[in-house]
Amino acid sequence: MKFGDSPVLAPTFPPWRSRLLVTLVAVAFGALAGRAVYLQGWSRDFLQAKGELRYSRTLEIPAHRGRIFDRNGEALAVSTPVKAIWAIPEDAAVAGRDLERLAAALELPREELRRKLADSGRDFVYLKRQLPPETAERVAALRLPGIHQSREYRRYYPAGETVAHVLGFTDVDDVGREGIELAYQDHLAGRPGSRRVIKDRLGQVVEDLESIREARDGRDLVLALDSRIQNLAYAELKRAVAGHRAKGGGIVVLDVGTGEVLALANLPSYNPNNRTRLSTASLRNRAVTDAFEPGSTLKPFTIALALETGQVASSTRITVAPGSLTIGPATIRDAHPEKALTVEQVIQKSSNVGAAKIALALAPATMWAMFDDIGFGAAPRLGFPGEAIGKVRPYKTWRPVEQATMSYGHGISVSLVQLARAYTVFARDGDLVPLSLLKVDTPPPARRVISSRTAESVRHMLELAAQPGGTGPRARIMGYRVAGKTGTAHKQENGAYLPDRYHSSFVGFAPASQPRLVIAVMLDEPSAGQYYGGAVAAPVFARVMAGSLRILGVAPDAPLTPVETPPGALEVRESV
Amino acid sequence: MARASLVLLVVLAACALGLVTSQHYARKLFAELEREQAHAKNLEVEYGQLQLEASTWAVHARVERLARDRLHMRPPDAQRLQVLDAPGARGDPR
Repeated sequence: MKFGDSPVLAPTFPPWRSRLLVTLVAVAFGALAGRAVYLQGWSRDFLQAKGELRYSRTLEIPAHRGRIFDRNGEALAVSTPVKAIWAIPEDAAVAGRDLERLAAALELPREELRRKLADSGRDFVYLKRQLPPETAERVAALRLPGIHQSREYRRYYPAGETVAHVLGFTDVDDVGREGIELAYQDHLAGRPGSRRVIKDRLGQVVEDLESIREARDGRDLVLALDSRIQNLAYAELKRAVAGHRAKGGGIVVLDVGTGEVLALANLPSYNPNNRTRLSTASLRNRAVTDAFEPGSTLKPFTIALALETGQVASSTRITVAPGSLTIGPATIRDAHPEKALTVEQVIQKSSNVGAAKIALALAPATMWAMFDDIGFGAAPRLGFPGEAIGKVRPYKTWRPVEQATMSYGHGISVSLVQLARAYTVFARDGDLVPLSLLKVDTPPPARRVISSRTAESVRHMLELAAQPGGTGPRARIMGYRVAGKTGTAHKQENGAYLPDRYHSSFVGFAPASQPRLVIAVMLDEPSAGQYYGGAVAAPVFARVMAGSLRILGVAPDAPLTPVETPPGALEVRESV
Repeated sequence: MARASLVLLVVLAACALGLVTSQHYARKLFAELEREQAHAKNLEVEYGQLQLEASTWAVHARVERLARDRLHMRPPDAQRLQVLDAPGARGDPR
């Protein structure tokens, strides 16, 4: 008998049982295959992402804000990393001694800290920001649950209050809020990036998966400012404002050749590193944002126009007797009545009547065009927020008396920066360059306003005005010839002139033979007795000019004989 | 046939081990690169802080005060000044 035919092996089960078993196994395999296809085919992306989550991390790439330097490479504003401590109130179970220790480390009152942590309605609360890294480390050493740190930046201004108005400042998020920081926000701001990486068990990054966003550090900025001159200008202005008990003041130093702003300071100022007590008055960059009636400092422009149009020559005599001029209801007066003055002497002695008479002979349209040409009534486009454009009314509405008063700087308003820039016309042989807050490599193209002959004549008159016999002899400095004009004007409030409050100013340049710097000084409401521009602002001009020329190493163009303070007789009182 | 398969198996194993080794090596190098980059970043930050410190020490008001008070320096007066005319030196000293 063959083995296969053995009766023992004969199937004893019904055949459906084995078929059922085979079917069940086949179904089970089918289900497995189906599941596999589903996982690998349909939900692959989802699963892969989930898997990567276990080992890949998204890292923030910090980017710092650009630094600001002065023209000599000295740092004026630098951002440095600090820490912010924050908490998830729900997770932060801090009480008793821990709370005490945390409060001490953060230097926060305990109650305030408790209140912040008790606010369970929020997912996120800053406990303290802008902390130095050492303090943050002490907090981290406490190892409290729910208390976290993140990196942020704090900006420091080593020069403090001297450059406050030019630089401005940034807020707690390192975003510019004032001054250059605001004006060049896009240039300075860094853009933090992020990337996905694989981290190993030790927390080390072992592989770069992808860059989600490229980080870009903020770009640096090199200003035209010379911090040595800036410091000198600020210190001298501060001294004058304190000495004359003025409400405020401003000073602008321009490079004649390039139109660069070498210094720009205002008082009152503030410390940008500690802004806890900040008043709106100290925030104002008044040299740029405030327009004022400049007074006699505008006379040279009227005279220049009269020379340019051939109306008068330097030696033309103007009858100014009897020292006053009545136009309609208004009377213009001189402080020193004279019979007749040459055009030169009108500037030298700052005669209102003389300037008014010359102005009345000019066509309003040409006078307006002159003001427009030298940048009055238009923003100086330095890039500062809120630049004053000043007020020059359209010439069609001018009445004769207004035209006359405008010639000596009333009924027209300009900012100190506009005034300083306008004087570069005389310092530069009659053309005008745009101003720049940033360092300039090649001087920008200039625009001609008056002929070089006229500019030279006015330069000579301005030199006379800054000598004994003029209104501003206190502007003289040793070793250099100085040219400039004083200005004293009543302040205006609600359209009325205040009888005993003044804006005292001086604008000038040196060395007169080949001008290098234009300096404009303005003091607001000097109230210690003296208020003439020649007595209040001219000495500031002299000291800043002398120091700046020395700093820049400009060769003297006059003998080195000490300048004596003129006795009262030498100084001509200005008409206000 | 079986011999060839065996050889291929050995080659495959060698390749796999090589891959693992080089991957590990690459990761180690990458971690080192990361460390160095972080170091560079820290140095950059420190440089900024040092610049800040240098500027703070060099604040002109402070330098002037030190020169006046501690070193007893003062600007020269007219009698002590002498200007020399050097040809070519009159140019722009910027």
